[in-house]
Amino acid sequence: MFEGFEGGRLPAAFMSAGTSSFTEFVRSVSPELLPGHHLPSGEGAEHLTPDATTIVALTFPGGVVMAGDRRATQGNVIANRDMEKLFRTDEFSAVAFAGSAGIGIELARLFQVELEHYEKMEGRVLSLEGKANKLAQMVRGNLGMAMQGFVVVPLLVGYDETADVGRVFSYDAVGGRYEEHRYHSIGSGSVYARGSVKKLYRDDLDETGAVRVALESLYDAADDDSATGGPDLHRKIFPLVDVITEAGHRRVPTDDVARLATEVVQGRAAHPDGPTATLS
Amino acid sequence: MSMPFYVAPEQQMKDKADYARKGIARGRSAVVLQYEGGILMVADNMSRTLHKISELYDRIGFAAVGRYPEFENLRLMGVRFADVRGYQYDRRDVSGRQLANIYAQTLGTVFSESLKPWEVEIVVAEVGDTAADDEIYRITFDGSIVDERGFVAVGGSSESVATALKQRFVADAPLSAALNTATHALARENGSDRELEAGNLEVAVLERAREHRKFRRVHGRRLTALLEEGRARGRAGSGGDGGDGGTAARGSAASASADGDGADEDQTDE
Repeated sequence: MFEGFEGGRLPAAFMSAGTSSFTEFVRSVSPELLPGHHLPSGEGAEHLTPDATTIVALTFPGGVVMAGDRRATQGNVIANRDMEKLFRTDEFSAVAFAGSAGIGIELARLFQVELEHYEKMEGRVLSLEGKANKLAQMVRGNLGMAMQGFVVVPLLVGYDETADVGRVFSYDAVGGRYEEHRYHSIGSGSVYARGSVKKLYRDDLDETGAVRVALESLYDAADDDSATGGPDLHRKIFPLVDVITEAGHRRVPTDDVARLATEVVQGRAAHPDGPTATLS
Repeated sequence: MSMPFYVAPEQQMKDKADYARKGIARGRSAVVLQYEGGILMVADNMSRTLHKISELYDRIGFAAVGRYPEFENLRLMGVRFADVRGYQYDRRDVSGRQLANIYAQTLGTVFSESLKPWEVEIVVAEVGDTAADDEIYRITFDGSIVDERGFVAVGGSSESVATALKQRFVADAPLSAALNTATHALARENGSDRELEAGNLEVAVLERAREHRKFRRVHGRRLTALLEEGRARGRAGSGGDGGDGGTAARGSAASASADGDGADEDQTDE
Protein backbone atom coordinates (compact mmCIF):
# COMPACT_ATOMS: atom_id res chain seq x y z
CA MET A 1 0.00 0.00 0.00
CA PHE A 2 1.01 3.62 0.02
CA GLU A 3 3.34 3.45 3.00
CA GLY A 4 6.32 3.22 0.71
CA PHE A 5 6.37 6.74 -0.56
CA GLU A 6 6.99 7.29 -4.22
CA GLY A 7 9.98 9.58 -4.30
CA GLY A 8 9.23 10.88 -0.82
CA ARG A 9 5.64 11.71 -1.60
CA LEU A 10 2.24 10.16 -1.25
CA PRO A 11 0.55 9.09 -4.50
CA ALA A 12 -0.94 11.95 -6.49
CA ALA A 13 -4.48 10.85 -5.61
CA PHE A 14 -3.94 12.16 -2.07
CA MET A 15 -3.50 15.69 -3.40
CA SER A 16 -6.13 15.80 -6.12
CA ALA A 17 -9.30 17.80 -5.61
CA GLY A 18 -11.14 14.49 -6.08
CA THR A 19 -13.84 13.09 -3.92
CA SER A 20 -15.07 13.77 -0.40
CA SER A 21 -16.13 10.16 -0.02
CA PHE A 22 -13.75 8.02 1.99
CA THR A 23 -14.92 4.77 0.37
CA GLU A 24 -14.42 6.12 -3.12
CA PHE A 25 -11.01 7.43 -2.23
CA VAL A 26 -9.84 4.18 -0.64
CA ARG A 27 -11.15 2.29 -3.63
CA SER A 28 -8.85 4.35 -5.83
CA VAL A 29 -5.69 4.02 -3.70
CA SER A 30 -5.93 0.78 -1.71
CA PRO A 31 -9.08 -1.17 -2.60
CA GLU A 32 -7.86 -4.18 -0.63
CA LEU A 33 -8.77 -2.35 2.59
CA LEU A 34 -12.48 -2.27 1.78
CA PRO A 35 -14.81 -5.03 2.92
CA GLY A 36 -16.08 -7.27 0.15
CA HIS A 37 -13.12 -6.49 -2.08
CA HIS A 38 -12.39 -10.14 -2.75
CA LEU A 39 -15.74 -11.78 -3.24
CA PRO A 40 -15.25 -15.50 -2.62
CA SER A 41 -17.15 -17.95 -4.77
CA GLY A 42 -19.56 -20.54 -3.47
CA GLU A 43 -22.40 -20.16 -1.06
CA GLY A 44 -23.60 -21.35 2.30
CA ALA A 45 -20.54 -19.90 4.05
CA GLU A 46 -22.59 -17.95 6.58
CA HIS A 47 -21.37 -20.22 9.39
CA LEU A 48 -18.04 -18.39 9.14
CA THR A 49 -19.25 -15.44 11.17
CA PRO A 50 -21.79 -15.31 14.00
CA ASP A 51 -25.13 -13.53 13.79
CA ALA A 52 -25.90 -10.43 15.77
CA THR A 53 -29.45 -10.38 17.00
CA THR A 54 -31.93 -7.82 18.31
CA ILE A 55 -31.86 -4.02 18.06
CA VAL A 56 -34.71 -1.73 19.01
CA ALA A 57 -35.08 2.03 18.47
CA LEU A 58 -37.79 4.46 19.44
CA THR A 59 -38.24 8.20 19.37
CA PHE A 60 -39.38 10.48 22.16
CA PRO A 61 -40.07 14.22 22.02
CA GLY A 62 -36.70 15.84 21.27
CA GLY A 63 -34.67 12.72 20.67
CA VAL A 64 -34.27 9.06 19.94
CA VAL A 65 -33.17 5.97 21.88
CA MET A 66 -31.53 2.88 20.44
CA ALA A 67 -30.74 -0.28 22.39
CA GLY A 68 -29.30 -3.64 21.50
CA ASP A 69 -28.81 -6.96 23.24
CA ARG A 70 -25.29 -8.33 23.54
CA ARG A 71 -25.59 -11.83 22.16
CA ALA A 72 -24.17 -13.26 18.95
CA THR A 73 -25.06 -16.79 17.92
CA GLN A 74 -23.68 -19.35 15.56
CA GLY A 75 -26.42 -21.83 14.90
CA ASN A 76 -27.55 -23.05 18.30
CA VAL A 77 -24.33 -21.95 19.98
CA ILE A 78 -23.85 -18.64 21.77
CA ALA A 79 -20.77 -17.27 20.06
CA ASN A 80 -20.41 -14.08 22.07
CA ARG A 81 -22.10 -12.80 25.22
CA ASP A 82 -20.97 -9.20 25.26
CA MET A 83 -20.82 -8.09 21.66
CA GLU A 84 -21.17 -4.39 20.89
CA LYS A 85 -23.59 -3.83 18.03
CA LEU A 86 -24.19 -0.13 18.56
CA PHE A 87 -21.82 2.42 17.09
CA ARG A 88 -21.67 6.14 17.55
CA THR A 89 -21.17 7.41 14.01
CA ASP A 90 -21.00 11.13 14.69
CA GLU A 91 -22.25 13.76 17.10
CA PHE A 92 -25.90 13.28 16.06
CA SER A 93 -26.20 9.76 14.72
CA ALA A 94 -25.63 6.14 15.65
CA VAL A 95 -25.93 2.89 13.80
CA ALA A 96 -26.54 -0.69 14.90
CA PHE A 97 -26.79 -3.83 12.84
CA ALA A 98 -28.25 -7.31 12.82
CA GLY A 99 -26.97 -10.24 10.81
CA SER A 100 -23.44 -11.34 9.95
CA ALA A 101 -21.35 -9.81 12.71
CA GLY A 102 -18.01 -9.72 10.89
CA ILE A 103 -19.49 -7.77 8.00
CA GLY A 104 -21.68 -5.58 10.19
CA ILE A 105 -18.86 -4.32 12.41
CA GLU A 106 -16.77 -3.42 9.38
CA LEU A 107 -19.71 -1.69 7.74
CA ALA A 108 -20.36 0.39 10.85
CA ARG A 109 -16.70 1.34 11.15
CA LEU A 110 -16.49 2.34 7.52
CA PHE A 111 -19.71 4.34 7.77
CA GLN A 112 -18.33 6.22 10.74
CA VAL A 113 -15.13 7.16 8.91
CA GLU A 114 -17.20 8.06 5.86
CA LEU A 115 -19.27 10.62 7.78
CA GLU A 116 -16.28 12.12 9.54
CA HIS A 117 -14.24 12.24 6.35
CA TYR A 118 -16.97 14.10 4.51
CA GLU A 119 -17.30 16.55 7.38
CA LYS A 120 -13.58 17.32 7.41
CA MET A 121 -13.18 17.50 3.65
CA GLU A 122 -16.21 19.70 3.05
CA GLY A 123 -16.18 21.67 6.27
CA ARG A 124 -19.83 20.85 6.91
CA VAL A 125 -21.87 17.94 8.19
CA LEU A 126 -24.02 15.75 5.95
CA SER A 127 -27.77 16.12 6.40
CA LEU A 128 -29.48 13.24 8.19
CA GLU A 129 -31.07 12.16 4.87
CA GLY A 130 -27.63 12.33 3.29
CA LYS A 131 -26.26 10.02 5.98
CA ALA A 132 -29.21 7.65 5.53
CA ASN A 133 -28.71 7.52 1.76
CA LYS A 134 -24.98 6.98 2.10
CA LEU A 135 -25.64 4.02 4.38
CA ALA A 136 -28.13 2.65 1.83
CA GLN A 137 -25.41 2.71 -0.84
CA MET A 138 -23.04 0.89 1.47
CA VAL A 139 -25.59 -1.82 2.24
CA ARG A 140 -26.25 -2.17 -1.50
CA GLY A 141 -22.50 -2.57 -1.99
CA ASN A 142 -22.68 -5.63 0.24
CA LEU A 143 -25.32 -7.30 -1.95
CA GLY A 144 -22.80 -9.76 -3.40
CA MET A 145 -21.91 -10.92 0.10
CA ALA A 146 -25.59 -10.99 1.09
CA MET A 147 -26.35 -13.33 -1.81
CA GLN A 148 -23.80 -15.73 -0.35
CA GLY A 149 -25.47 -15.72 3.01
CA PHE A 150 -23.67 -12.82 4.74
CA VAL A 151 -26.77 -10.73 5.18
CA VAL A 152 -26.40 -7.65 7.32
CA VAL A 153 -29.01 -4.96 7.88
CA PRO A 154 -28.36 -1.77 9.81
CA LEU A 155 -30.65 0.50 11.77
CA LEU A 156 -29.77 4.19 11.72
CA VAL A 157 -30.97 6.68 14.28
CA GLY A 158 -30.22 10.36 14.34
CA TYR A 159 -31.25 13.70 15.65
CA ASP A 160 -32.48 16.04 12.92
CA GLU A 161 -31.28 19.49 13.92
CA THR A 162 -33.47 21.29 11.42
CA ALA A 163 -36.72 19.65 12.57
CA ASP A 164 -35.68 19.11 16.22
CA VAL A 165 -36.79 15.48 16.19
CA GLY A 166 -35.21 12.06 16.48
CA ARG A 167 -35.56 9.88 13.39
CA VAL A 168 -35.18 6.18 12.65
CA PHE A 169 -34.20 4.59 9.33
CA SER A 170 -34.33 0.90 8.54
CA TYR A 171 -32.84 -0.98 5.58
CA ASP A 172 -33.24 -4.18 3.69
CA ALA A 173 -30.41 -6.30 2.34
CA VAL A 174 -30.48 -4.71 -1.14
CA GLY A 175 -30.10 -1.20 0.24
CA GLY A 176 -33.76 -0.20 0.40
CA ARG A 177 -34.10 2.64 2.87
CA TYR A 178 -37.26 3.16 4.89
CA GLU A 179 -37.97 5.86 7.40
CA GLU A 180 -39.75 4.44 10.41
CA HIS A 181 -42.11 6.43 12.55
CA ARG A 182 -42.01 6.29 16.32
CA TYR A 183 -40.25 2.93 16.70
CA HIS A 184 -38.68 0.01 14.93
CA SER A 185 -36.76 -3.17 15.62
CA ILE A 186 -34.48 -5.43 13.60
CA GLY A 187 -32.87 -8.84 14.09
CA SER A 188 -34.03 -12.29 15.04
CA GLY A 189 -35.99 -11.15 18.09
CA SER A 190 -37.43 -8.09 16.38
CA VAL A 191 -40.93 -9.50 16.04
CA TYR A 192 -41.29 -9.86 19.79
CA ALA A 193 -39.49 -6.63 20.57
CA ARG A 194 -41.65 -4.66 18.17
CA GLY A 195 -44.84 -6.12 19.62
CA SER A 196 -43.65 -5.16 23.07
CA VAL A 197 -42.73 -1.58 22.11
CA LYS A 198 -46.02 -1.23 20.27
CA LYS A 199 -47.94 -1.84 23.49
CA LEU A 200 -45.71 0.24 25.74
CA TYR A 201 -45.03 3.21 23.47
CA ARG A 202 -46.61 6.53 24.30
CA ASP A 203 -46.15 9.82 22.50
CA ASP A 204 -45.15 11.64 25.69
CA LEU A 205 -42.37 9.35 26.86
CA ASP A 206 -39.39 11.10 28.38
CA GLU A 207 -35.81 9.92 27.90
CA THR A 208 -35.77 7.59 30.91
CA GLY A 209 -39.19 6.24 29.97
CA ALA A 210 -38.00 5.53 26.43
CA VAL A 211 -34.92 3.72 27.74
CA ARG A 212 -37.15 1.68 30.05
CA VAL A 213 -39.47 0.73 27.15
CA ALA A 214 -36.43 -0.32 25.09
CA LEU A 215 -35.17 -2.54 27.92
CA GLU A 216 -38.61 -4.09 28.47
CA SER A 217 -38.87 -4.88 24.78
CA LEU A 218 -35.41 -6.46 24.69
CA TYR A 219 -36.40 -8.59 27.67
CA ASP A 220 -39.51 -9.72 25.76
CA ALA A 221 -37.37 -10.50 22.71
CA ALA A 222 -34.97 -12.56 24.84
CA ASP A 223 -37.95 -14.24 26.46
CA ASP A 224 -39.19 -15.70 23.18
CA ASP A 225 -36.15 -15.70 20.89
CA SER A 226 -33.31 -17.98 21.92
CA ALA A 227 -30.80 -15.98 19.89
CA THR A 228 -31.42 -12.77 21.86
CA GLY A 229 -29.64 -12.34 25.18
CA GLY A 230 -31.47 -10.90 28.17
CA PRO A 231 -29.82 -8.82 30.91
CA ASP A 232 -27.16 -11.02 32.55
CA LEU A 233 -27.22 -9.95 36.21
CA HIS A 234 -24.57 -12.45 37.26
CA ARG A 235 -21.99 -11.55 34.66
CA LYS A 236 -23.04 -7.90 34.74
CA ILE A 237 -23.68 -7.83 31.02
CA PHE A 238 -26.44 -5.41 30.11
CA PRO A 239 -27.85 -4.10 26.85
CA LEU A 240 -26.12 -1.12 25.26
CA VAL A 241 -28.25 2.00 25.08
CA ASP A 242 -27.56 5.13 23.02
CA VAL A 243 -29.53 8.35 23.38
CA ILE A 244 -29.33 11.16 20.83
CA THR A 245 -30.82 14.55 21.55
CA GLU A 246 -30.11 18.19 20.83
CA ALA A 247 -27.10 17.81 23.13
CA GLY A 248 -25.62 15.14 20.89
CA HIS A 249 -24.91 11.45 21.20
CA ARG A 250 -24.67 9.87 24.62
CA ARG A 251 -24.06 6.27 25.56
CA VAL A 252 -26.09 5.64 28.69
CA PRO A 253 -23.58 4.72 31.44
CA THR A 254 -23.48 1.01 32.35
CA ASP A 255 -24.49 1.74 35.94
CA ASP A 256 -27.69 3.46 34.84
CA VAL A 257 -28.55 0.67 32.41
CA ALA A 258 -27.76 -1.89 35.11
CA ARG A 259 -30.14 -0.19 37.53
CA LEU A 260 -32.99 0.01 35.00
CA ALA A 261 -32.40 -3.51 33.70
CA THR A 262 -32.40 -4.89 37.24
CA GLU A 263 -35.75 -3.16 37.83
CA VAL A 264 -37.09 -4.79 34.67
CA VAL A 265 -35.89 -8.22 35.78
CA GLN A 266 -37.32 -7.75 39.29
CA GLY A 267 -40.61 -6.57 37.80
CA ARG A 268 -40.77 -9.79 35.86
CA ALA A 269 -40.47 -11.80 39.08
CA ALA A 270 -43.94 -10.55 40.00
CA HIS A 271 -45.32 -10.41 36.45
CA PRO A 272 -43.38 -12.74 34.15
CA ASP A 273 -45.02 -11.26 31.05
CA GLY A 274 -44.15 -7.72 32.04
CA PRO A 275 -46.27 -4.57 32.13
CA THR A 276 -49.68 -4.80 30.50
CA ALA A 277 -51.36 -2.21 28.31
CA THR A 278 -54.82 -1.04 29.31
CA LEU A 279 -57.84 -1.95 27.18
CA SER A 280 -59.73 1.11 25.94
CA MET B 1 20.81 31.76 -30.93
CA SER B 2 20.45 31.55 -27.21
CA MET B 3 22.82 30.31 -24.58
CA PRO B 4 21.33 28.93 -21.36
CA PHE B 5 22.71 30.89 -18.44
CA TYR B 6 24.48 28.92 -15.80
CA VAL B 7 22.91 29.46 -12.42
CA ALA B 8 24.71 28.06 -9.41
CA PRO B 9 22.58 25.65 -7.37
CA GLU B 10 23.10 27.79 -4.27
CA GLN B 11 21.73 30.77 -6.13
CA GLN B 12 18.82 28.74 -7.44
CA MET B 13 17.83 27.62 -3.96
CA LYS B 14 18.25 31.09 -2.59
CA ASP B 15 16.04 32.52 -5.31
CA LYS B 16 13.38 29.93 -4.63
CA ALA B 17 13.53 30.58 -0.91
CA ASP B 18 13.27 34.33 -1.45
CA TYR B 19 10.34 33.80 -3.75
CA ALA B 20 8.52 31.61 -1.23
CA ARG B 21 9.24 34.01 1.65
CA LYS B 22 7.90 36.95 -0.26
CA GLY B 23 4.78 35.02 -1.16
CA ILE B 24 4.18 34.04 2.44
CA ALA B 25 4.87 37.57 3.67
CA ARG B 26 1.97 38.89 1.62
CA GLY B 27 -0.51 37.05 3.83
CA ARG B 28 -1.30 37.38 7.49
CA SER B 29 0.11 35.25 10.30
CA ALA B 30 -1.22 32.51 12.49
CA VAL B 31 -0.24 31.39 15.97
CA VAL B 32 -0.57 28.13 17.86
CA LEU B 33 -0.01 27.95 21.60
CA GLN B 34 -0.70 25.81 24.63
CA TYR B 35 -3.25 26.86 27.24
CA GLU B 36 -4.43 25.13 30.39
CA GLY B 37 -7.04 23.03 28.60
CA GLY B 38 -5.11 22.06 25.48
CA ILE B 39 -3.90 23.87 22.38
CA LEU B 40 -5.23 27.12 21.00
CA MET B 41 -4.97 27.98 17.29
CA VAL B 42 -5.58 31.52 16.09
CA ALA B 43 -5.31 32.99 12.60
CA ASP B 44 -5.85 36.46 11.29
CA ASN B 45 -8.48 35.58 8.71
CA MET B 46 -11.37 37.64 7.39
CA SER B 47 -13.06 34.74 5.65
CA ARG B 48 -15.53 32.58 7.50
CA THR B 49 -15.41 29.77 4.97
CA LEU B 50 -11.87 29.65 3.57
CA HIS B 51 -10.24 28.22 6.64
CA LYS B 52 -6.62 28.55 7.67
CA ILE B 53 -7.23 26.32 10.67
CA SER B 54 -8.79 22.89 10.42
CA GLU B 55 -9.11 19.47 11.94
CA LEU B 56 -6.94 16.63 10.68
CA TYR B 57 -7.85 13.89 13.13
CA ASP B 58 -9.12 13.21 16.64
CA ARG B 59 -6.28 14.97 18.44
CA ILE B 60 -4.61 16.76 15.58
CA GLY B 61 -5.13 20.23 14.18
CA PHE B 62 -3.70 22.04 11.17
CA ALA B 63 -2.89 25.72 10.76
CA ALA B 64 -1.46 27.26 7.62
CA VAL B 65 -0.50 30.57 6.08
CA GLY B 66 0.38 31.51 2.54
CA ARG B 67 -1.36 30.59 -0.68
CA TYR B 68 -4.76 29.09 -0.01
CA PRO B 69 -4.97 26.53 -2.85
CA GLU B 70 -1.57 25.16 -1.95
CA PHE B 71 -2.16 24.64 1.74
CA GLU B 72 -5.70 23.45 1.07
CA ASN B 73 -4.14 20.66 -1.00
CA LEU B 74 -1.91 19.80 1.92
CA ARG B 75 -4.88 19.77 4.28
CA LEU B 76 -6.85 17.37 2.07
CA MET B 77 -3.81 15.16 1.81
CA GLY B 78 -3.46 15.09 5.59
CA VAL B 79 -7.12 14.28 6.20
CA ARG B 80 -6.96 11.46 3.66
CA PHE B 81 -3.77 10.04 5.06
CA ALA B 82 -5.05 10.19 8.63
CA ASP B 83 -8.42 8.64 7.84
CA VAL B 84 -6.92 5.81 5.81
CA ARG B 85 -4.34 5.13 8.50
CA GLY B 86 -6.94 5.23 11.28
CA TYR B 87 -9.26 2.93 9.36
CA GLN B 88 -6.50 0.51 8.49
CA TYR B 89 -5.14 0.23 12.02
CA ASP B 90 -6.74 2.04 14.92
CA ARG B 91 -7.69 5.62 15.70
CA ARG B 92 -4.85 5.82 18.24
CA ASP B 93 -2.33 4.95 15.55
CA VAL B 94 -2.59 8.29 13.81
CA SER B 95 -0.02 10.74 15.15
CA GLY B 96 0.94 14.31 14.57
CA ARG B 97 4.52 13.28 13.96
CA GLN B 98 3.54 11.07 11.00
CA LEU B 99 1.56 13.88 9.46
CA ALA B 100 4.30 16.42 10.04
CA ASN B 101 6.79 14.07 8.39
CA ILE B 102 4.62 13.59 5.35
CA TYR B 103 4.13 17.32 5.01
CA ALA B 104 7.85 17.88 5.36
CA GLN B 105 8.64 15.30 2.69
CA THR B 106 6.03 16.65 0.34
CA LEU B 107 7.12 20.26 0.73
CA GLY B 108 10.78 19.27 0.53
CA THR B 109 10.24 17.43 -2.74
CA VAL B 110 8.26 20.29 -4.23
CA PHE B 111 10.92 22.77 -3.15
CA SER B 112 13.83 20.90 -4.66
CA GLU B 113 12.19 19.50 -7.77
CA SER B 114 9.75 22.02 -9.12
CA LEU B 115 10.47 25.45 -10.49
CA LYS B 116 8.04 27.20 -8.21
CA PRO B 117 8.18 26.39 -4.51
CA TRP B 118 4.95 26.38 -2.54
CA GLU B 119 4.36 29.60 -0.67
CA VAL B 120 3.08 28.02 2.51
CA GLU B 121 4.08 27.52 6.09
CA ILE B 122 2.12 25.12 8.22
CA VAL B 123 1.71 23.93 11.78
CA VAL B 124 0.62 20.46 12.85
CA ALA B 125 -0.44 20.33 16.51
CA GLU B 126 -1.39 17.29 18.50
CA VAL B 127 -2.93 17.50 21.94
CA GLY B 128 -1.75 14.78 24.33
CA ASP B 129 -3.14 13.34 27.55
CA THR B 130 -1.11 15.85 29.53
CA ALA B 131 0.46 19.18 28.58
CA ALA B 132 3.86 17.48 28.48
CA ASP B 133 2.61 15.16 25.73
CA ASP B 134 1.48 17.99 23.45
CA GLU B 135 3.32 18.19 20.15
CA ILE B 136 3.59 21.24 17.92
CA TYR B 137 5.46 21.03 14.62
CA ARG B 138 6.21 23.87 12.26
CA ILE B 139 6.91 22.94 8.66
CA THR B 140 8.30 25.54 6.30
CA PHE B 141 8.09 25.89 2.52
CA ASP B 142 11.37 23.99 1.98
CA GLY B 143 10.31 21.00 4.04
CA SER B 144 12.22 21.89 7.20
CA ILE B 145 10.47 20.65 10.27
CA VAL B 146 10.82 22.18 13.72
CA ASP B 147 9.53 20.65 16.94
CA GLU B 148 8.26 23.70 18.81
CA ARG B 149 7.74 24.03 22.55
CA GLY B 150 4.73 25.85 23.94
CA PHE B 151 3.98 28.26 21.14
CA VAL B 152 4.74 29.01 17.52
CA ALA B 153 3.99 31.74 15.01
CA VAL B 154 3.93 31.27 11.27
CA GLY B 155 3.62 33.78 8.48
CA GLY B 156 5.48 36.55 6.75
CA SER B 157 6.41 38.52 9.82
CA SER B 158 6.28 35.62 12.22
CA GLU B 159 9.39 36.87 13.99
CA SER B 160 7.79 39.99 15.39
CA VAL B 161 4.68 37.97 16.22
CA ALA B 162 6.77 35.29 17.92
CA THR B 163 8.57 37.93 19.97
CA ALA B 164 5.29 39.37 21.18
CA LEU B 165 4.08 35.86 21.95
CA LYS B 166 7.20 35.00 23.88
CA GLN B 167 6.88 38.04 26.11
CA ARG B 168 3.41 37.14 27.27
CA PHE B 169 3.22 33.39 26.91
CA VAL B 170 2.30 31.45 30.03
CA ALA B 171 2.12 27.69 29.62
CA ASP B 172 -1.04 27.01 31.62
CA ALA B 173 -2.96 30.22 31.06
CA PRO B 174 -6.76 30.10 30.93
CA LEU B 175 -8.28 30.15 27.45
CA SER B 176 -9.27 33.83 27.50
CA ALA B 177 -5.78 34.87 28.60
CA ALA B 178 -4.12 32.70 25.96
CA LEU B 179 -6.45 34.15 23.34
CA ASN B 180 -5.53 37.63 24.49
CA THR B 181 -1.84 36.77 24.18
CA ALA B 182 -2.43 35.40 20.69
CA THR B 183 -4.43 38.37 19.40
CA HIS B 184 -1.96 40.77 20.98
CA ALA B 185 0.85 39.01 19.14
CA LEU B 186 -1.01 38.89 15.82
CA ALA B 187 -1.77 42.59 16.10
CA ARG B 188 1.98 43.30 16.26
CA GLU B 189 2.45 42.05 12.73
CA ASN B 190 4.49 44.29 10.41
CA GLY B 191 5.26 46.53 13.34
CA SER B 192 1.73 47.86 13.18
CA ASP B 193 -0.50 48.03 16.20
CA ARG B 194 -4.02 47.11 15.26
CA GLU B 195 -6.96 45.95 17.29
CA LEU B 196 -8.23 42.55 16.13
CA GLU B 197 -11.95 41.95 16.44
CA ALA B 198 -13.88 38.69 16.39
CA GLY B 199 -14.68 39.24 12.71
CA ASN B 200 -10.98 39.17 11.78
CA LEU B 201 -10.14 36.07 13.71
CA GLU B 202 -10.35 32.40 13.05
CA VAL B 203 -10.06 30.54 16.33
CA ALA B 204 -10.10 26.85 17.20
CA VAL B 205 -9.04 24.74 20.16
CA LEU B 206 -7.88 21.19 20.66
CA GLU B 207 -9.53 20.50 24.00
CA ARG B 208 -7.76 17.89 26.06
CA ALA B 209 -10.83 17.01 28.13
CA ARG B 210 -13.17 16.62 25.17
CA GLU B 211 -14.27 13.12 24.17
CA HIS B 212 -13.76 11.63 20.72
CA ARG B 213 -12.72 14.50 18.47
CA LYS B 214 -10.87 17.22 20.36
CA PHE B 215 -11.02 19.90 17.69
CA ARG B 216 -13.58 22.62 18.12
CA ARG B 217 -14.03 25.96 16.41
CA VAL B 218 -14.67 28.98 18.58
CA HIS B 219 -16.77 31.66 16.97
CA GLY B 220 -19.78 33.89 17.37
CA ARG B 221 -20.84 34.94 20.83
CA ARG B 222 -18.42 32.61 22.60
CA LEU B 223 -15.46 34.16 20.80
CA THR B 224 -16.61 37.71 21.51
CA ALA B 225 -17.10 36.86 25.18
CA LEU B 226 -13.66 35.24 25.42
CA LEU B 227 -12.01 38.23 23.75
CA GLU B 228 -13.66 40.63 26.18
CA GLU B 229 -12.77 38.48 29.16
CA GLY B 230 -9.17 38.30 27.97
CA ARG B 231 -8.95 42.07 27.58
CA ALA B 232 -10.45 42.71 30.99
CA ARG B 233 -7.99 40.23 32.48
CA GLY B 234 -5.13 41.95 30.66
CA ARG B 235 -6.13 45.38 31.97
CA ALA B 236 -6.58 44.09 35.50
CA GLY B 237 -3.16 42.41 35.35
CA SER B 238 0.18 44.10 34.90
CA GLY B 239 -1.21 47.23 33.32
CA GLY B 240 0.42 47.09 29.95
CA ASP B 241 3.81 46.28 28.62
CA GLY B 242 4.30 49.33 26.45
CA GLY B 243 3.45 48.27 22.87
CA ASP B 244 6.74 47.02 21.54
CA GLY B 245 7.33 47.62 17.89
CA GLY B 246 8.21 44.65 15.74
CA THR B 247 11.64 45.81 14.66
CA ALA B 248 13.31 46.31 18.02
CA ALA B 249 13.23 42.68 19.08
CA ARG B 250 13.77 41.20 15.69
CA GLY B 251 17.24 39.82 16.19
CA SER B 252 16.48 37.82 19.29
CA ALA B 253 13.35 36.40 17.71
CA ALA B 254 15.27 35.11 14.74
CA SER B 255 17.60 33.17 16.95
CA ALA B 256 14.71 31.86 18.98
CA SER B 257 12.65 30.53 16.13
CA ALA B 258 14.90 29.87 13.21
CA ASP B 259 17.04 27.01 14.47
CA GLY B 260 16.86 23.93 12.30
CA ASP B 261 15.63 25.94 9.35
CA GLY B 262 17.25 24.35 6.31
CA ALA B 263 17.12 27.36 4.04
CA ASP B 264 19.67 30.13 4.22
CA GLU B 265 19.34 32.16 7.35
CA ASP B 266 20.01 35.58 5.79
CA GLN B 267 17.58 38.29 6.67
CA THR B 268 16.09 39.03 3.30
CA ASP B 269 15.24 42.61 2.60
CA GLU B 270 11.63 42.79 1.49
